[in-house]
Amino acid sequence: MDEGLRSELQKQGVFTTTLEDLYNWGRKNSVWPLGFGLACCAIEMIAASMSRWDLARFGAEVFRPSPRQADLMIVAGTVTKKMAPQVVRLYNQMPEPKYVIAMGACAISGGPFKQGYNVLKGIDRFIPVDVHIPGCPPRPEALLHAFMTLQEKIDQQQLTGANRPRHLNADKPSEFPVPEFGEHDLEPPNNRAVWKAPVLKR
Amino acid sequence: MSADNGSYLPVVVLLLAAVGFALAPLALAWLWARKFSPKKPGKDKNATYECGLESKGDAWIQFKSEYYLYAIIFLIFDVETIFLLPFAVAFTGLSAWAFVEMLIFVFMLVAGLLWAWQKGVLTWK
Repeated sequence: MDEGLRSELQKQGVFTTTLEDLYNWGRKNSVWPLGFGLACCAIEMIAASMSRWDLARFGAEVFRPSPRQADLMIVAGTVTKKMAPQVVRLYNQMPEPKYVIAMGACAISGGPFKQGYNVLKGIDRFIPVDVHIPGCPPRPEALLHAFMTLQEKIDQQQLTGANRPRHLNADKPSEFPVPEFGEHDLEPPNNRAVWKAPVLKR
Repeated sequence: MSADNGSYLPVVVLLLAAVGFALAPLALAWLWARKFSPKKPGKDKNATYECGLESKGDAWIQFKSEYYLYAIIFLIFDVETIFLLPFAVAFTGLSAWAFVEMLIFVFMLVAGLLWAWQKGVLTWK
């Protein structure tokens, strides 16, 4: 609907909406996260869901114990190479539409363990991450901000057209390959479809 | 229509409205999914959910039937306690026949206990 016409009607006291807006409005206010903590960031995630920071204000207090009922995966903490296959498999088992928040330095880049041998250098190498939160660990306010960012992102998603999100497009995959914990590293070490190694320019 | 002529029509109408109220959102969701959101089944998505690990074996397994012994022992001691307490409270005011009845009941439970004892259930291995 034309924005000018809408605001003109609104001035006359006529409020209009579209199916797309209604759909996104409902979705963004009932995002159910997966109850899934990997390290110390999970403590901040739990704090954010409790009464002081009160994630329930955003309709997201129902942490689901099963991926079948969850819309959002908050990767809260260090993803070790041994844990990465399980994280990807849980992501695959969530129904569409699904979103990922990578919480904390470890989840977005490996954090203080980046130079080590056993920590994944960012979960975005395997699954598409919607919002990254830096911090070690990020405060609950940062998680709330990430949540509001995700809500804005959901609100902008189109129902039809070429730019429609993955879950509305039959050609886009809903599952991503689960890496194997190999002898030296994860095999494959990253998912080319969602992450490309940065090119160094010397 | 007056309410006192014994007609159940209002109840039927209300019932239909209730069923429609329950089914309409489900039907709308189904239609929405058919129109907009394509089904995307997959190997991992259809697999048995087990904390992200690959599940080994079948989820439809039998549990041991031996657990009925625990149920029987629980029943013996639980039911006995429930009836012994009021029996003890009302003991002085009971007739002789009521006392015999209670003894019969307790001995029935004791027979069950003896049976379990003979099966070796009470021995901790």
